[in-house]
Amino acid sequence: MQWVFIIITGIVFGLGAVLLVKAGNPGNYGFCAACHLRDIAGALGIHRVATLQYVRPEILGFVLGSFILAKTSGEFRPRGGAQPAVRFVLGALMIIGALVFLGCPLRGILRLAGGDLNGLVGLAGFAGGILAGIGFLRNGYNLGRSQVYSGAGNGVGYLAAAAAFVLLAGVVMQAGFLNFSAKGPGAMHAPLLVSLILGLLGGALAWKTRMCLSGGLRDFILVSDTYLLKIYGVIFLAAFIGNQYFGFFKLGFAEQPLAHSMHLWNFMGLFLVGLAATLSGGCPLRQLIMAGEGNTDAMFCVLGMLAGAGISHGLNAAGSASGVGMNGQIAVVAGLAIAAMIGVAFRQKVSLRTEG
Amino acid sequence: MLKTLDLRGLSCPIPLIQTKNALENAAEVQVTVDEPVAKENILKFAKARNLQAQCSVNDGEYTITIHK
Repeated sequence: MQWVFIIITGIVFGLGAVLLVKAGNPGNYGFCAACHLRDIAGALGIHRVATLQYVRPEILGFVLGSFILAKTSGEFRPRGGAQPAVRFVLGALMIIGALVFLGCPLRGILRLAGGDLNGLVGLAGFAGGILAGIGFLRNGYNLGRSQVYSGAGNGVGYLAAAAAFVLLAGVVMQAGFLNFSAKGPGAMHAPLLVSLILGLLGGALAWKTRMCLSGGLRDFILVSDTYLLKIYGVIFLAAFIGNQYFGFFKLGFAEQPLAHSMHLWNFMGLFLVGLAATLSGGCPLRQLIMAGEGNTDAMFCVLGMLAGAGISHGLNAAGSASGVGMNGQIAVVAGLAIAAMIGVAFRQKVSLRTEG
Repeated sequence: MLKTLDLRGLSCPIPLIQTKNALENAAEVQVTVDEPVAKENILKFAKARNLQAQCSVNDGEYTITIHK
């Protein structure tokens, strides 16, 4: 049974991503929790880059797919209250790092499967960041306990799903409160229904398998568990085969779609994502899934990611095909310093022992 | 000696790390978690180490007992 989920999840994310590119998304841009959120931030006016504005239904599908499955399985339990402000900051740091690399770790795998070797450099940095994060965890880092909400407080667990639903209605109706790019990557997208269905499927499967890009490596290091790593292997293979079939595959570092070859900053960008993801309990994708299942701490992390997209583009700190400018380099170094300070500062003493 | 830990509400993967640490100096550990993912991770860990584990559910909270 385990293998069935590994293979189906791998195919939906790997082959699904290639099909989304075939259907209109930019190159190696089928799924990306970071860039797609950045496009949503643009659609909402959080940043003003005219070419990066579209409410990506894939992301809405992740949140709603997770919500629907959590709800129907009885695991929807609204909770939160463990340092939401810190999670907001960590979310912002994650997106700042991801936009320097130009992708979340999931897109790192998809880029590699399209032949973009910069993806490998980024993923190496991601692994480094996770290792650093585990170091903080082993030294007692934690953000305290979240509480399960009861009574009227239960309603806040629905906020993320409700927001996703409103945005979905907005994008379906081409509502005036959203921006839509007329040209550039934001104007390139698969038909809404295709994006939404693949997003919903991806969200449901990611919820079911607890897929988390940082969690995969972390579980392997901590307890030698390879379940999530196997899913990444299948995602890679499925995307690789799909890219070969459609003729998207192009091996090398140079002239890859929405990518640059500044190795140090590709490495450092995803290093920051790996560190911030480990400190906040999950990668950008996992935060979206947890927000959907009623975790308001994860929702604050997602809000931080949206704000981080605004900061990144507002300060001109995002990478681009021409590379990473000085502002982006400073942002990553500052981000690493802030993440390290959080890692050292937050060691709430929680009494774990109840007896014995 | 039985060691009992209350790991409810802690972010992933802290429940797992605490369970693992507790098993280093106790023959039997009982933990309480309230997230399915924490429960699954702890049970997977026990299985990987060939440790006996029992899990009971009560109102969304999972109590897992692990023997060495």
